[in-house]
Amino acid sequence: MKAKQRPLSPFMIGPYYKPQLTSLMSITHRATGVFLSVIGAPLLIWWLVALGGGPETYAALAGCMGGLLGKLALIATVFCLSFHMLNGIRHLVWDTGKALDIETAYRAGWLVLIGTVVLSIVLLGVML
Amino acid sequence: MSMMNPLAKARGRGSAKSGVHHWYAQRASALLLLVLIAWLIYAMITLSGADYSTAKSFIAQPVNAAFLILLIVTMFYHAMLGLQVVIEDYVHHPVLEVVFYFFTRAGAFFGMALGIIHVLKLALGA
Repeated sequence: MKAKQRPLSPFMIGPYYKPQLTSLMSITHRATGVFLSVIGAPLLIWWLVALGGGPETYAALAGCMGGLLGKLALIATVFCLSFHMLNGIRHLVWDTGKALDIETAYRAGWLVLIGTVVLSIVLLGVML
Repeated sequence: MSMMNPLAKARGRGSAKSGVHHWYAQRASALLLLVLIAWLIYAMITLSGADYSTAKSFIAQPVNAAFLILLIVTMFYHAMLGLQVVIEDYVHHPVLEVVFYFFTRAGAFFGMALGIIHVLKLALGA
């Protein structure tokens, strides 16, 4: 029997489905999670290693983070962390079986997006 | 020969025989991270623009050192579980899948070890 060629994940993003707030936020949750794993978490460890190395390495790190690339990394990490945490709360509520109707899913989605921008700007305002 | 109904045997365990452990662990670590990230935000605000000795004495406080170690472990554990799902879903090559999975786990444990040892160094003084 010949296996039927079925679309493989992520088929929701592409020509088969119209982009929707819910599906785009779902893939963004994953993308921000990957970014935090690959850039955000190592950044925290790098900070600890630099601090553990003494005043000279700490000053070198502060110099790196003060540059354009460092600032961009920090801004991206703060946005990803805010989104992933707030949208994660939305997912945890869904896991209890609540708020799954379309209207609530959209309303909570917009709430998460607004919260992400507000939290990120407040945090970056303090740090930068 | 077992008289157990195959459905009873399979129920809740799935083909991987590990049941809902991964699903549960992802959510349990997420709940813990909500508390630990709240602490991280407090720490980031407190230490923004801090000089070396201020940052060092902040971490040297036992409560902060404990929060930091818990954060490091939970964060890399959560990341490891999350990246595993992403790899399983998007890497459609059996060898690459295992290779990515290996490096994800190895990287997570390396990050945990490196982070914890430096927190301990700063907290216990060396």
